[in-house]
Amino acid sequence: MEFISYLVSGISLGSIYALIALGYTMVYGIAKMLNFAHGDVIMVGAYIIFICSTSLGVPAFVSVLAAILVCTVVGVVIERVAYKPLRNASSLAVLITAIGVSYLLQNAALLIFGSDTKSFSSVISLPALSLFDGQLHISGETMATIVVSVVLMIALTLFINKTKPGRAMRAVSEDRGAAQLMGINVNATITLTFAIGSALAAVAGALLCSAYPSLSPTTGAMPGIKAFTAAVFGGIGSIPGAMLGGVLLGIVENLSKGYISTQLSDAIVFAVLILVLLVKPTGLLGKKISEKV
Amino acid sequence: MATKKRTLKASTKNDLITYAMLAVMFVLVQILTATGNISNLFEGLLVPLCTYSIMAVSLNLVVGILGDLSLGHAGFMCVGAYASAFFSVTFEDMIQPDWFRFLLALILGGVCAGLAGLLIGIPVLRLKGDYLAIVTLAFGEIIKNIVSILYVGIDENGLHVSMQNTSALGLTENGRVIIKGALGITGTPRDSTFLIGFLMLLITVFVSLNLIHSRTGRAVMSIRDNRIAAESVGINITKYKLVVFTVSAFFAGIAGVLYAHNLSSLTATTKNFGYNMSITILVFVVLGGIGSTRGSIIAAIILTALPELLRGMDSYRMLIYSIVLILMMLANNNEKINLFKEKISIMNLLQNKKRGNRLDKEANS
Repeated sequence: MEFISYLVSGISLGSIYALIALGYTMVYGIAKMLNFAHGDVIMVGAYIIFICSTSLGVPAFVSVLAAILVCTVVGVVIERVAYKPLRNASSLAVLITAIGVSYLLQNAALLIFGSDTKSFSSVISLPALSLFDGQLHISGETMATIVVSVVLMIALTLFINKTKPGRAMRAVSEDRGAAQLMGINVNATITLTFAIGSALAAVAGALLCSAYPSLSPTTGAMPGIKAFTAAVFGGIGSIPGAMLGGVLLGIVENLSKGYISTQLSDAIVFAVLILVLLVKPTGLLGKKISEKV
Repeated sequence: MATKKRTLKASTKNDLITYAMLAVMFVLVQILTATGNISNLFEGLLVPLCTYSIMAVSLNLVVGILGDLSLGHAGFMCVGAYASAFFSVTFEDMIQPDWFRFLLALILGGVCAGLAGLLIGIPVLRLKGDYLAIVTLAFGEIIKNIVSILYVGIDENGLHVSMQNTSALGLTENGRVIIKGALGITGTPRDSTFLIGFLMLLITVFVSLNLIHSRTGRAVMSIRDNRIAAESVGINITKYKLVVFTVSAFFAGIAGVLYAHNLSSLTATTKNFGYNMSITILVFVVLGGIGSTRGSIIAAIILTALPELLRGMDSYRMLIYSIVLILMMLANNNEKINLFKEKISIMNLLQNKKRGNRLDKEANS
């Protein structure tokens, strides 16, 4: 029973990682850049919900919608202002700019909201589930996280595979030049990718802070890094890879927290990542690209 | 002997400018100190400036010369810092004089970090691009994570290591706990001075510049520019990459020793040895111009001093820092600004003049 309990909460944590990792992997696949500021968009979303629910007193549902809206706008603005001028620059230049944006978001949040940790009230009001005569206890947050994440992932997969903008996204990630020649608006497609990624990050922020109710300007940093790890784990650029990588990472983290050591769990997660990459250098579902001479 | 060459190679000239810059900085600091014109704040910054310059120069070897993105450089700094602080605290009374003990600590810290670099480099350097970046990040985090739960004590039976708590060490009455988990190492002798820091920086720059111009350096740069072509002319890629990676880790370890002996207590946090620090160092290297040793030092000095000088504006300083960072990256990659910079650059003006003279001569002859 203990094992199943760890497993379920691992899947829940993992689906949050997967939602964030989707943002990383989509942006990487389409714009070929590591968006280090993605983790901080989660934090922005969480603060928006915090303000909406404590100061304005609106229902949880509305505050989550507001967070999604604000994060989408923030994501698009970041892309337009900071990344678009660097479309043809070296990948390192873009990486450093993304780091600059990450610092900017963190310090702006620090100035506006202060450095003290806010206690976040959960946006999910589901009763906890007790199974097997109370031996297995699953909280409402855990269930809601898993359900919401699965729904969003299915929706995203359908969007990418069945709709016209989705096809445009796949085309741009395959070959940007050729896609442009076929009449696809590359800039609009990249903007759309950032919008979707940021919206997913807002949802992830709501779920993350509901499960772990403490909020500070650096809340997004560690989940961001973990999700980035998850994206690489599953093969960066691959959407099913990000989902699989995120969930596996969450399970590994929670099981090692439960059975080995709480303090060492981060080290174990990273060690598993290293082992996987040594055996499969392009991640679990990554495409192996052979070099042309 | 053949006639002495009058003209120096361009690369030699470039190196001499770097050394001259360092010498000027050193003299400037000495004059300021001697005349008492140095503020307390700035005096406290001298050793960190050397530390971060060494970090930047050593990371530049990996990012600029090897062409691989490493996000775990602070991990090697952490190894050097902990190994040397452990050594210094353990042998504080046993090895005298102080300068000799610090010298041993520097060597030990560097060697430990170099070994870590070698061990990590063997698996990591097989990967490429972003995968390599994430694995170096992972190693850096693992090092920080392990060090912060490590308990090491010493008594007459030797070393005791534990990962749980102090009592699990099972020390005898005379035993001392030296590494106390999350509390780190306390009571490190504060041996770091500006003079030693500067000497270490000088050695780092000297080794790094000579490595770049050596056979190894040329081999590594050929790997960076075209891996397949380099492999096809018989360059042993793994060996050369490993050499540079290890040297880089060694100097990061030295920087760690300086860092540890500048503070009396040493703990491993995200800020000092986590990916945040690795990224800060990477920012120095990229803003200084990837591959340029001199640029790395200048960027390290300006960007370390900038947040401190902005301290008057307190809460706004990191915000300004981040905005400056973004604007600099945008300006660096803006075509119009780059064209303008080329037009006004002094080097360019001089070169044009020279070229003009040469053309004149050719026309005359």
